[in-house]
Amino acid sequence: MIELRMRRGVHPPEGKLSASSPIQGFPLPRQVIIPFSQHAGKPATPLVKKRQKVKTGEKIGEASGFISAPVHSSVTGTVKALETTLLPNGSSALAAIISVEGEEEWAEPTWPVKEPSELTPDDLRKITREAGIVGLGGAVFPTSVKISPPREYPIDSVIVNGAECEPYLTSDHRLMLEHTEEIFQAAQLLKMTVGAKRGYIAIEDNKRDAAEAFEKLTHGVADWEVVLLKTRYPQGAEKSLIKVILGREVPMGGLPFHVGALVQNVGTLYAIYQAAAKGIPLIKRVVTVTGEGVEKPSNFMTRIGTSARELLTAAGAPLDEATKIIFGGPMMGMAVKSPDIPVLKSTSGLLVLTTAKKRKVFPCLYCGKCVYACPLKITTTRLVKYIQAGMWDQAKAFGLFNCMECGVCSYVCPANIPLVHWIRYGKFMVRMMEAKS
Amino acid sequence: MNLIVSSSPHIHGKDSVPKIMLHVILALLPAAAASIYFFGIRALWVMLVSIITAEVSEYLFLLLRKKDTTAALDGSAFVTGLLLALTLPPSINLSMVGIGSAVAIIVAKQMFGGFGANVFNPALVGRAFLQAAFPIPMTTWVPNRLLHVDATTVATPLGGFKFSHLLTAHKNLLLGNVSGSLGETSALLLLLGGLYLLVRRYIDWRIPVGILTSVFVFDGILWLFNSQKYPDPVFMLLAGGLMLGAWFMATDPVTSPVSPAGIWIYSVGIGFFVVLIRLFGGMPEGVMYSILIMNSFVPLLDKYLRQRMLGERK
Repeated sequence: MIELRMRRGVHPPEGKLSASSPIQGFPLPRQVIIPFSQHAGKPATPLVKKRQKVKTGEKIGEASGFISAPVHSSVTGTVKALETTLLPNGSSALAAIISVEGEEEWAEPTWPVKEPSELTPDDLRKITREAGIVGLGGAVFPTSVKISPPREYPIDSVIVNGAECEPYLTSDHRLMLEHTEEIFQAAQLLKMTVGAKRGYIAIEDNKRDAAEAFEKLTHGVADWEVVLLKTRYPQGAEKSLIKVILGREVPMGGLPFHVGALVQNVGTLYAIYQAAAKGIPLIKRVVTVTGEGVEKPSNFMTRIGTSARELLTAAGAPLDEATKIIFGGPMMGMAVKSPDIPVLKSTSGLLVLTTAKKRKVFPCLYCGKCVYACPLKITTTRLVKYIQAGMWDQAKAFGLFNCMECGVCSYVCPANIPLVHWIRYGKFMVRMMEAKS
Repeated sequence: MNLIVSSSPHIHGKDSVPKIMLHVILALLPAAAASIYFFGIRALWVMLVSIITAEVSEYLFLLLRKKDTTAALDGSAFVTGLLLALTLPPSINLSMVGIGSAVAIIVAKQMFGGFGANVFNPALVGRAFLQAAFPIPMTTWVPNRLLHVDATTVATPLGGFKFSHLLTAHKNLLLGNVSGSLGETSALLLLLGGLYLLVRRYIDWRIPVGILTSVFVFDGILWLFNSQKYPDPVFMLLAGGLMLGAWFMATDPVTSPVSPAGIWIYSVGIGFFVVLIRLFGGMPEGVMYSILIMNSFVPLLDKYLRQRMLGERK
């Protein structure tokens, strides 16, 4: 085991209330809402019609391009409607509303299920594609695309991302403790697929038990190393992990394969295992339900499409006193207007805050705290001034599109300036103008 | 259920503008208390007049500019008032204190657009104005209460060196047993306050380190060449307003650069001008002008010396 730490970033209170709650299967809901756009890239094309019967695991939406992913029904029942639904990020998308009916029946997988030792790289690309697997760490980028880097960029290192640096969230932690072997098997498949020489399993030291579990497993296995990271946010971001572990900088505007690295979240690896070894597509995920005043902070193995309200109620969340309900963690999650929104592939947690309030904003005092905390070394003070002044070319030169919106700058700002929000606004404005011209 | 929908992040660190200002005031309290000890109750009047005038000017100008007047409570005007007072001679006429404080807030801060928008350190602009408007009262120094001298006025350590070639003992400079402005007596107490801010990370360590090191080095070189003509570098560090300037004035975040490279140029520049003015200029002390001169470079330094981003080509 090697120990490393990131230099920048912040260390907010960890709040891992649900760390000791084992993963519980969440009861079958009466209905699920499954949007056709749950991934980065083009939405899936619907394959089902109203009143059609579907089985659990049946493909109901087909990938509509290279960067896209299929979606599957997470229940057995009837498609009640195809209509637009509200997503956690505030946008709307077409979704299949499926009411659960009768005995559960499983659809046959659309890929051959083999012994893991017999799988080839092409098999794994097909499996991840067909099973609708996307990056479950938050970016929901289609995994099949990620594991097919261009030939001219050989991958030498695979990093298993178990950092889970977001405060409160424990879904990856529980998966690593309860499904260590499955995750490691999938990690080995991944390393074989991209032909990497080295494998690293990166875990923060507030999950030392998980690191030790992997250490036992990898002990004596050539080419694998467990990396214990000092807890720091946003260490689990791809670019941070690659910098900390490999000492390489992903070029601006580039991707990890440009520096020979592939980072894969442990939740994604578990999903790969389920698909490869058991023939189960991505229809369930672990969702942490936690927060201030939540009676039973929990980790639920939840069917995609289950309403957030059901999970919150089951965990005893104080819905009447809540001032914020967040899909995801407190640093990068999305606050929603209502809990009647389905859990998606990207939903790592549901967080309830009862003390969230609006903060008084002061003018920037150029203290530079944001600049020194930024993991990407963006000069945030000036970038945001340029955005506020509508000086888009200068904003781009100061790293507008380099920003990954981790939230560290807003977190440290003593003037309470919503810096990330300004940066999002800047990106939106520039994209809109570029689309027009 | 009335849920707040806002952009992430949804949690926030503990620092805030009023909290930073409060800690700056706390860090200045030992030096402020020492000034009362050395110069008597009059020092307190100077500080009170300066602070109250600063707060009232701030409030009135926010009102005039139709801005949120609660901004007068963020503590920044209080800090400006206190800092200005600490740069003034104890015997100064209180009406002059009020004028200086009003100029600091109105001309140097509000007219530039208020908190965060000023180019120059407001307290130092106030002092520069008083120096120009009332040169005699601004350079008349009463002896501190512990100096048993039969004179109504005395020279400051730097003045004594410049005009009479007298060196003050390091120990007296350290403990504050000298005459001078309210806040430039005890180098030790100022250092203590500065270190407190450093530990709490409210000031950038590069600024005091850059200034003090460069003064030490620039003067040290001259002193090695001619120790008769030039003062020893420890005297240079401890005498005058250098400690106050290096720890509390030059570190003002609004008027100092953000990037490390910019900060080094800024702080070494201040050190260079301090030595230049003190040893070759017409005045015994030059901390105020040095900081004001380097303040004017800050926008330029921030524009051209940003740090290299992760993954950016060198």
